[in-house]
Amino acid sequence: MDQIGFLEPRPAVLARRREIVADLLDLLPEGCLVHEPRELVPFETDAFVSYRRVPLAVALPETTAQVAAVLKYCHRYGVPVVPRGAGTSLSGGAIPQEDAVVVGLSKMARILEVDFANRTATVQAGVTNLAISDAVTADGYFYAPDPSSQLACTIGGNIGMNSGGAHCLKYGVTTNNLLGVKLVLIDGTIVELGGKALDAGGLDLLGVVCGGEGQLGIVTEATVRLIARPEGARPVLFGFDSSEEAGACVADVIGSGIIPVAIEFMDKPAIEICEAFAGAGYPMDVEALLIVEVEGSEAEMDAMLASIIEIARRHGVKVVKESQSATEAALIWKGRKSAFGATGRIADYICMDGTVPLGQLPHVLRGTAEIVEKYGLRVANVFHAGDGNMHPLILFNANDPEDAARAEAAGNDILKLCVDAGGCLTGEHGVGIEKRDLMRHQYADVDLAQQMAVRAAFDPQWLLNPSKVFPLEGRPAA
Amino acid sequence: MQTNFTPEQLADPHVATSEKILRKCVHCGFCTATCPTYVTLGNELDSPRGRIYLIKDMLENGRPADAEVVTHIDRCLSCLSCTTTCPSGVDYMHLVDHARMHIEATYRRPFWNRLTRGVLAAVLPYPGRFRLALKAAALGRPFAGLLKRFKPLEPFGAMLDLAPRSLPKAAGEAGPGTYPAAGPRRGRVAILTGCAQPVLKPEINAATIRLLTRLGVEVVAPAGEVCCGSLVHHMGREAQALEAARRNVDVWLGEIEKDGLDAIIITASGCGTTIKDYGFMLRLDPAYAEKAARVSALAKDITEYLTTLDLPQQEARGLTVAYHSACSMQHGQKITIAPKVLLKKAGFAVRDPAEGHLCCGSAGTYNILQPEISGKLKARKVRNIEATKPDIIATGNIGCITQIATGTAIPILHTVELIDWAYGGTKPAVLS
Ligand SMILES: Cc1cc2nc3c(=O)[nH]c(=O)nc-3n(C[C@H](O)[C@H](O)[C@H](O)COP(=O)(O)OP(=O)(O)OC[C@H]3O[C@@H](n4cnc5c(N)ncnc54)[C@H](O)[C@@H]3O)c2cc1C
Ligand code: SF4
Ligand code: SF4
Repeated sequence: MDQIGFLEPRPAVLARRREIVADLLDLLPEGCLVHEPRELVPFETDAFVSYRRVPLAVALPETTAQVAAVLKYCHRYGVPVVPRGAGTSLSGGAIPQEDAVVVGLSKMARILEVDFANRTATVQAGVTNLAISDAVTADGYFYAPDPSSQLACTIGGNIGMNSGGAHCLKYGVTTNNLLGVKLVLIDGTIVELGGKALDAGGLDLLGVVCGGEGQLGIVTEATVRLIARPEGARPVLFGFDSSEEAGACVADVIGSGIIPVAIEFMDKPAIEICEAFAGAGYPMDVEALLIVEVEGSEAEMDAMLASIIEIARRHGVKVVKESQSATEAALIWKGRKSAFGATGRIADYICMDGTVPLGQLPHVLRGTAEIVEKYGLRVANVFHAGDGNMHPLILFNANDPEDAARAEAAGNDILKLCVDAGGCLTGEHGVGIEKRDLMRHQYADVDLAQQMAVRAAFDPQWLLNPSKVFPLEGRPAA
Repeated sequence: MQTNFTPEQLADPHVATSEKILRKCVHCGFCTATCPTYVTLGNELDSPRGRIYLIKDMLENGRPADAEVVTHIDRCLSCLSCTTTCPSGVDYMHLVDHARMHIEATYRRPFWNRLTRGVLAAVLPYPGRFRLALKAAALGRPFAGLLKRFKPLEPFGAMLDLAPRSLPKAAGEAGPGTYPAAGPRRGRVAILTGCAQPVLKPEINAATIRLLTRLGVEVVAPAGEVCCGSLVHHMGREAQALEAARRNVDVWLGEIEKDGLDAIIITASGCGTTIKDYGFMLRLDPAYAEKAARVSALAKDITEYLTTLDLPQQEARGLTVAYHSACSMQHGQKITIAPKVLLKKAGFAVRDPAEGHLCCGSAGTYNILQPEISGKLKARKVRNIEATKPDIIATGNIGCITQIATGTAIPILHTVELIDWAYGGTKPAVLS
């Protein structure tokens, strides 16, 4: 199998392992450095679990100053650094390498300030996405971007990957909801970008850092926008006889100028998996399902629903089912948000993350089915349809190396299909290592060279998360 | 996740079970967020996903346990919050049970740790010894501070702190025997007498028996029953745990054969989780597998059983109850709604404290063996409970009662004591 490569570990760093550990022990409080070989193994991967590299050490700092001290040290001695939030990346963004110190933000998980007057929250980078919403729910607010992993993933990781979620169709992804960060640069300098306002003066460096995949610096604090909870919200289920019809319906809804809060898609295998886990009452006699959420006052919701139902009828919708209670609504979302994990009940999977223009949804869904069939595998589709952000889950057997290789090859073909359809390699999971070698399929060399130049401006020695995002060949000399 | 076991390794049925469990984990990390020790310590090694990985690595390599693995497994509360969260259905409970057996078989603990665990295993499951120990503890309390200053002796200090200031008289216990139904008999159940609970709070089973008999259910407290074995089970002392399980299976089957049983009633959810698992624990014992499965199927938490009796709605009492769901109740047995419905029907206003999924830190002997983490969890739990401004705290597990009571002045009772009171029983003494 043509495995995705990592950078060769730097022999000079490996040779100094003991000194590095001893020095880091001096820099950090007790219990904040993991260095016993056996204890390092659980950090060897993230949610892209087919790739693994045991790191040299794992630092778990408690303060920004400690993060800065560790980075300054690593910079001085040329030690690579891999930032880690909750390790839920699906593209391998948080997978270490043998010569790297992982800097984990899991001990920095405090909410620092909630400012209702300015509708902002300032939190440490290790705070989970959901914890922000939980902290302000009682006051009628929430933090909008909601990755399905929101229970566990951190705001630092969300910034790293510019994460999105079901409700981003209306509210935008992380970058649209991020107002400021405290960032530690690789040489240990601490900078603040942005603030509490929607736009700060000067170059939009915040926009560059968001989606930087841990290559530009380590975020230790973030200020995010809070949004007032709508008066009401209602998820509605639309069942169709074919995936293509459901896909065409999504394109028509968005094409007609209607923007619901969320349009999520599930095909039959996904419906079965999610229903078995959540018992949400999804219709089982359909081939594809859309979860459409509308919000606002009762009248607003009714009006928007009426227009969506009309469009759905034109596409032969078979079932329309409104949630009857808050509990039912919660179950509908629980089933959807647990989709990937629940898939683990039946098989191993890799999750793709291509984005396509909405008009291409039916074409790409068909193409995906063909590719997967060609490789003799199965697929479940569950994704953010309103954004055209597809997530085919390719099911395989991880204990069978040939099956795993086939799954990876099928995944690559699917991503190329997305790009060729005018789309993009990644919607929200980031490039990581997973899609790194496909970057050339999407970008011309000159585009990549420009991106690498920006990256190198932050980290000229390529120490931060260096095995990721940019193909290993053709990089500028560090 | 991919696993790496040889066919020879998989020939061991324990390894085979664990391998199946590991294969289901997709390493998504969801479980970390709701794990009390991860939330407290912020290190993935003290999270479910980290522990699963440590166990996987140890078992795959056929290694004896080492100090590092033991540290992180010992810190696990066995609260099973991770299994509630896990969308993939990873059976963490049986995986960590296996790991604990492996540790017990392959790792020699430092002297003081061995001593503490040995003392706990030799005292707690035996009511007579436990009573004596508590009396001794009353004398020893002044030394708690001193003990805690010497790290290896900290658990003994924690024990003294937890020991109640005065003990109920042994006479308050509901001894073995048959308690006939008042009026026509509508059911017959056995009640688990238990080990520590009847010494600390005999009123719990007394209230249960009063309530059930009043509702027309005959209750038998069979002679010859022993501690359910959960305590030693969680220490990895499998032989001792299975011995206890077999004894109890025999006793209850005797009752079933005598006059039939509709249920085996358990008033401590920690014990309930274990008894419901007897079928699994004894699956490899051909003489007991089937019998144990029968017993497990009959095991019911008292609130589960009461729900089947369809109690009438009572008048409001003007009392607010914060319901604390024990981990063994909500995560172990997945009983979440029944106790609250019962309390509401009984006329109480019920509050759900925030972060209800997090353990109070009691967790069997955890508050003795891991006093530091346990103390932090207790403080957090009490803060969340007190924020609901309750008159009373109700819960279904003796461990939580003892733990939370040392952190708050609000009276804490077993749910069944409140239900008994609401349906014609006596008012619990602490409320008068
Ligand atoms: C079941 C499941 C469902 C998912 N659903 C979604 C979804 O709906 N939408 C979506 O967008 N994603 C989803 N994801 C992917 C993943 O959860 C996101 O990418 C998330 O933002 C990662 O956060 P994390 O805290 O786990 O970061 P990690 O995985 O630890 O790291 C992610 C990246 O960010 C970097 N990083 C982490 N912390 C920092 C920091 N403080 N400063 C700088 N860089 C940092 C890392 O180096 C890495 O490159 C899902 C994942 C799973 C397992
Ligand atoms: S049982 Fe509780 S403490 Fe142990 S790993 Fe699971 S959630 Fe954490
Ligand atoms: S939630 Fe389940 S599948 Fe995900 S990491 Fe935890 S145990 Fe594994």
